[in-house]
Amino acid sequence: MDNKNILIETNNLHQYFNQGRGSKGTVHALNGISLQVFEGETLGLVGETGCGKSTFCRSVMRIYKPTKGSILFEGKDITNLPERKLKKVRQSMQMIFQDPAESMNSRVNVGYVIEEPLIIQTKMTSAQRKERAYELLQLVGLPKDSYDRYPHEFSGGQRQRIAIARALALDPKIIVCDEAVSALDVSIQAQVLNLLLDLQRDRKLTLIFISHDLSVVRHMSDRVAVMYLGNVMEISSSKRIYEEAKHPYTTALISAIPQPDPTKKNKVVPNTGEIPSPIDLPTGCPFHMNCPKCMDICKIDKPELKEVSPEHFIACHLY
Amino acid sequence: MDGKELLTVKNLSVEFQTGKGRIEVIDRVNFKIKAGKTLGVVGESGCGKSVTASSIMRLLPHPYGEVTSGEVFFHGEDLLTKPVEDMYKIRGGKISMIFQEPMTAMNPVQVAGKQIKEVLDLHRNELTKDLIDQEIIKILQDVEMPSPEVRVKNYPFQLSGGMRQRMMIAMALAGEPDILIADEPTTALDVTVQAQILKLIKTLQEKNNMGVLFITHDMGVVAEVSDDVVVMYAGQIVESGDVETIFLKPKHPYTKGLISSMPHLETEPKTHLPSIKGNVPTPSAYPETCRFANRCDYVTDKCRENTPTLDQVKDGHYVRCFRVGEI
Repeated sequence: MDNKNILIETNNLHQYFNQGRGSKGTVHALNGISLQVFEGETLGLVGETGCGKSTFCRSVMRIYKPTKGSILFEGKDITNLPERKLKKVRQSMQMIFQDPAESMNSRVNVGYVIEEPLIIQTKMTSAQRKERAYELLQLVGLPKDSYDRYPHEFSGGQRQRIAIARALALDPKIIVCDEAVSALDVSIQAQVLNLLLDLQRDRKLTLIFISHDLSVVRHMSDRVAVMYLGNVMEISSSKRIYEEAKHPYTTALISAIPQPDPTKKNKVVPNTGEIPSPIDLPTGCPFHMNCPKCMDICKIDKPELKEVSPEHFIACHLY
Repeated sequence: MDGKELLTVKNLSVEFQTGKGRIEVIDRVNFKIKAGKTLGVVGESGCGKSVTASSIMRLLPHPYGEVTSGEVFFHGEDLLTKPVEDMYKIRGGKISMIFQEPMTAMNPVQVAGKQIKEVLDLHRNELTKDLIDQEIIKILQDVEMPSPEVRVKNYPFQLSGGMRQRMMIAMALAGEPDILIADEPTTALDVTVQAQILKLIKTLQEKNNMGVLFITHDMGVVAEVSDDVVVMYAGQIVESGDVETIFLKPKHPYTKGLISSMPHLETEPKTHLPSIKGNVPTPSAYPETCRFANRCDYVTDKCRENTPTLDQVKDGHYVRCFRVGEI
């Protein structure tokens, strides 16, 4: 692993949200995440709704101010960086969201949508920006005349291409794809995934890829981190997570993936129960209440993420 | 062991009145739902899956949507010509429906138990007052709701996504239906919960010998739940057959494309997925010829000039393609 440069590193990252006066207390969204994202790789994040996938990305991009722990971007601590200094860092980080219609101003044309980051972050002239926008449109496979049209004139897949063009405008080092293909039809989804793979290869992009569709994450990622209740439970290469999953939660998650093969029906359905509340966290291992292999120690002691074999980390007392 | 035919849809066509004139959204759809069996309907957004379901239930938006031809036979009677009053008895009674987003399908300001009671009041007249409460708990136990006594007093927002979906299934089953129409029932759920809900629908189906019409865009889910599959594209059925045939020996280029463009656990990671080029046409732009022609890898001049019909290629396997013999 020595030849890989670390782009982002988090140490014991905690993110809590106060719910304001009169409500029931603090939401513990992230509970000590220590992760590394290497340059040029795709890190997939999987886990059920509310496990902290999106919060993790937003904390890393400093959209939130972390409660505890630290975030290093290219070796530089950005945990407490003030807003004016963050502007520069944010050039290198971009996001693509699930619903491109909602993440775009519907009252400006596509050209402006793509140019806006350039207006904010660079001193380019309008002619330079326009040229750059054309370049980007071509890059994501949209016709030149898209420039003067409005977001609503495009289909979901095309809009997602516009979102990708906008994310690429500043030549970022990392793009976070938060459910970027979830709203697309299968045939269009494949087109967008292929585009992302090409862009990554050509531009040495680093991606953090979030999706509730575990097969899509497997297809896109080099490494996958499995999250549960604001913790990383297991992290390893994509292949190993899907084929040699060790953590009881990961195995349950993987076995639930529906397969497009009618001969593989009637498998055992995992019962992972209801996820505990992030307001009143369980003691010990976050998964112990639903774990089929729960031991006494799991109820008291929270397991740390350990390297059980090269590049395969698990947080479980069984290992 | 073929199940008894419960519902037969024959030559169903639907048109919508829009600002740009009348457009046909469903073109002569045929299928059968059998007792104890699941018919999966797959296709992408706008292909007419949900409109088909709404037509069966006579729930097309009035006055814009209109069935222009066809019949829907249920217990020997055509649902489309029945008086509206009779439909009140059938909807939620003999034919029930569950939807993608239980939060929008449930009443947010009424406790869950009351919403199930409403169905019982309407469709299960034989139940006396004191039996109704017991029945509600029993139904909730059937759908494996954790601690049902507590949950009947909860409002929908107090339930998790999975519990809400169980609650909606409970409401659908309260009328003891012969047919359950499930329109993307697991799309908003996590995989683990999805697996549980799919299993639950299967269990309940076996218990009551229900026929299920399962609408989804997820090929993995279809393979999991269906006995027979109908693949729809641009308002038409392009291929139909039993689930093994559709997944293992698909004939229509669109079906093949759908299956191969979806990453699954055996595809090589980080490689290009075979994708279907172009976009799904909008209903106002459906061509007279083969509707898939401009996206198809096997297209010939014939496909651009003529209209293919849905023909039987093998027992129970229907394909709408000119080149079915070659591919």
